[in-house]
Amino acid sequence: MAVPVDNLTKPTPASSTLRFAFGNVLAFFILLLIGVLAFSIRLFSVIKYESVIHEFDPYFNYRVTQFLTKNGIYDFWNWFDDRTWYPLGRVIGGTVYPGLTLTAGTIWKVLQSLNIPLSVETVCVFTAPVFSAFAAWATYLLTKEVKGTGAGLTAAVLLAMVPSYISRSVAGSYDNEAVAIFALIFTFYLYIKTLNTGSLFYATLNSIAYFYMVCSWGGYTFIINLIPMHVLLCIVTGRYSSRLYIAYAPLVVLGTLLAALVPVVGFNAVMTSEHFASFLVFIVIHVVALAYYIKGILSPKMFKVAATLVVSVGVVVCCAVVAVLVAVVASSPTKGWSGRSLSLLDPTYASKYIPIIASVSEHQPPTWPSYFMDLNVLAFLVPAGIIACFAPLSDASSFVILYLVMSVYFSGVMVRLMLVLAPAACIMSGIALSEAFDVFTRSIKFYISNLSEFLQTDAGDTLPGNNVSPQNEVLKNEKKEDTLKERPSRKNKKKEKENIEKPYVKSKTEKRPLVLPVEASFFALFLTVLLGGFYVVHSVWAAAEAYSAPSIVLTSHSHDGLHVFDDFREAYAWLSHNTEVDDKVASWWDYGYQTTAMANRTVIVDNNTWNNTHIATVGTAMSSPEKAGWEIFNSLDVKYVLVVFGGLVGYPSDDINKFLWMVRIGGGVFPHIKEPDYLRDGQYRIDSQATPTMLNSLMYKLSYFRFVETDGGKGYDRVRRTEIGKKYFKLTHFEEVFTTHHWMVRIYKLKPQKNRIRGKTKKSKSKTSPTTPRSGTVKKNPWH
Amino acid sequence: MVKPATTKDDAHALFYSLRSAYSATPTNLKIIDLYVVFAVFTALIQVAYMAIVGSFPFNSFLSGVLSCVGTAVLAVCLRIQVNKENKEFKDLPPERAFADFVLCNLVLHLVIMNFLG
Repeated sequence: MAVPVDNLTKPTPASSTLRFAFGNVLAFFILLLIGVLAFSIRLFSVIKYESVIHEFDPYFNYRVTQFLTKNGIYDFWNWFDDRTWYPLGRVIGGTVYPGLTLTAGTIWKVLQSLNIPLSVETVCVFTAPVFSAFAAWATYLLTKEVKGTGAGLTAAVLLAMVPSYISRSVAGSYDNEAVAIFALIFTFYLYIKTLNTGSLFYATLNSIAYFYMVCSWGGYTFIINLIPMHVLLCIVTGRYSSRLYIAYAPLVVLGTLLAALVPVVGFNAVMTSEHFASFLVFIVIHVVALAYYIKGILSPKMFKVAATLVVSVGVVVCCAVVAVLVAVVASSPTKGWSGRSLSLLDPTYASKYIPIIASVSEHQPPTWPSYFMDLNVLAFLVPAGIIACFAPLSDASSFVILYLVMSVYFSGVMVRLMLVLAPAACIMSGIALSEAFDVFTRSIKFYISNLSEFLQTDAGDTLPGNNVSPQNEVLKNEKKEDTLKERPSRKNKKKEKENIEKPYVKSKTEKRPLVLPVEASFFALFLTVLLGGFYVVHSVWAAAEAYSAPSIVLTSHSHDGLHVFDDFREAYAWLSHNTEVDDKVASWWDYGYQTTAMANRTVIVDNNTWNNTHIATVGTAMSSPEKAGWEIFNSLDVKYVLVVFGGLVGYPSDDINKFLWMVRIGGGVFPHIKEPDYLRDGQYRIDSQATPTMLNSLMYKLSYFRFVETDGGKGYDRVRRTEIGKKYFKLTHFEEVFTTHHWMVRIYKLKPQKNRIRGKTKKSKSKTSPTTPRSGTVKKNPWH
Repeated sequence: MVKPATTKDDAHALFYSLRSAYSATPTNLKIIDLYVVFAVFTALIQVAYMAIVGSFPFNSFLSGVLSCVGTAVLAVCLRIQVNKENKEFKDLPPERAFADFVLCNLVLHLVIMNFLG
């Protein structure tokens, strides 16, 4: 408990036990309600749209879960998927983080065995809200270890509603972060619990929780770097204790082994730079432990001798080891780090070297308003929480401070990592709010007890003596020397200054009853509740309006009611009903997962983006003229090409807007695609001022074929807000087979090659010889 | 003349004081220490073997070495918890410490068996 306030009123043991019992039951019910809140605030998309899986990545996870539930775990581990990245295929068992799919599969299996017939899709849609309730409970446990139950409950309710976490865990967002954030907080809770109790049992649980985290998300490297950093911090600030050793050393050994068990990590657990920090600190903590042990058994003089001897020998050995390590690490071109980790450490790395990582919108740095949008009130409660953590500073609170600082840095690099900041911000704000509430309620209690004492003295009772003396004893016990404070009516506003002046009191959890004037505390209490109200209103608005869009179904409100744009599913359904099972569909990589999951057709590239050259091939095909594009697609056995076009309805995330990435990524691998060819005055344009290369590119033609028929000859593109450049043209190598209702998805079929080319053979034969020496600048197509 | 002790004398004095201080530890702790030394020694033998023979299959090497290191670390944790001079753990019954040790070892060896190949 934050402050046992019983001493100020009736300190009988029976009533305090009853009070504690009542408090515990109340806390339990509050936690239950927090779980229900966390679950229900994420259901807006199910209510507004339908119970459907959102976005792109969740469709892949859904497909994998379907496979798991149909074929069992052994086939899942050994699954080689030949319906994506044609003709390369993808080893699913070795490249996917299995935690999420195994969790959902287990839940489905358990429900089936209980004869509750929920479909796999329902289980997948609702996994995220269920696990966010668990995450709120884990936050309660973690903050309780740091500061006490009051702070724990506040932090839990803040996490249940924080918009940043809602954005990645709404019902339908079936992605890794849904379970990974729960695993993250739970692992941290078990680490702090081990640190506080020194029990090996919790250390074992900590390793198992870490294993679950490794299974779930690539962000586990955050844990395996944060915990060593904290251990190092504790050692350096002189807080080494044997509990620290028990908390850290088994985690490293068991954790590394368990991480190596997961196929997607494998031997990276011991060979990549992301894990080296943990090994380094493992060695450091052993050295420190040995030093403390020897210090314990030797006399101080002998210890000095030992120290000088060890230092002189140790420095030499250290230098040798460091030299070897540096040589090994420097020999790899990326110094042992993976591309994504490097882009986190050096934010400009991805844009220089790996355009694919730079092109994902989630990997961009966040803007300042997004901090307020995603954290709202927490953004300025966090500094107050940091100060509250320093008074008193324990191992657990230093860990939370370090966690916050690290996550703030990483959230500044990638907007996607604001999600890792959210629990830290909630914990800090919970601590701050709880401390504030403590001060206010304590002032009010003081005032009330003074009032009752005053009234009772008036009535001539002997009780006030009993009431006042334990109060005074409490006061005397806590303040060792200051006589001024014994007057309880003294108004004391500078609480923090007192804490600095009296450092010896800081280890006690009971504070001096520092009170504010009662009117100020009532008003401040009211304002704090109002602050909480603002937070709730904002969170509910964000959950309902900003983060609940399934992005596979779009809606718009106009004067004649609600329009629903279900074009994506229309196109995928057409594909699954009107094409052969083995037909290959080419599109930009964004739609790969959805195509394999919903249309059940083989795709060329998908969202996994593991093969840059393959993506560059598709990008080149889309940027080339029609014949060259046909050649590339034909060499990949493609039958159908799918483009997304938003010009008719004003859908801004269509392929023409993504075209610059096709050119850049394609140009990165195939030098005959040059970005300046497509730019007019440094801009991509599709109107009459566009470059001829742009107007001839396959993407332009496939997007705008017959577009003028929609608005009677003008061809006005609602997204780019101009009329298109080339209005009337025919397609020679493709034929349009399907366009959805709002023209958002357009599917084309590759025309088969003509049997004979009339009159062209002689011409082409005579043309090739004179043209090849002439065409030194324009290299036509690498497939010739 | 009383000269300041040379480094050699210092080393001798250090060695003797260490030895006398260590012999004062209780027997059960000495047994645990022996176990730790045995485990570390086994790990070193495995590393030497890998250096001679090569590191294929790497998962077997990793699981072998990490099982030795892991059980050594867990034994050190047990020693910390059982040591009567340790003020932080005076409330912990040694049976509980040993039970935790056994449990953690079970989990460790389960993982090892899985990873051994």
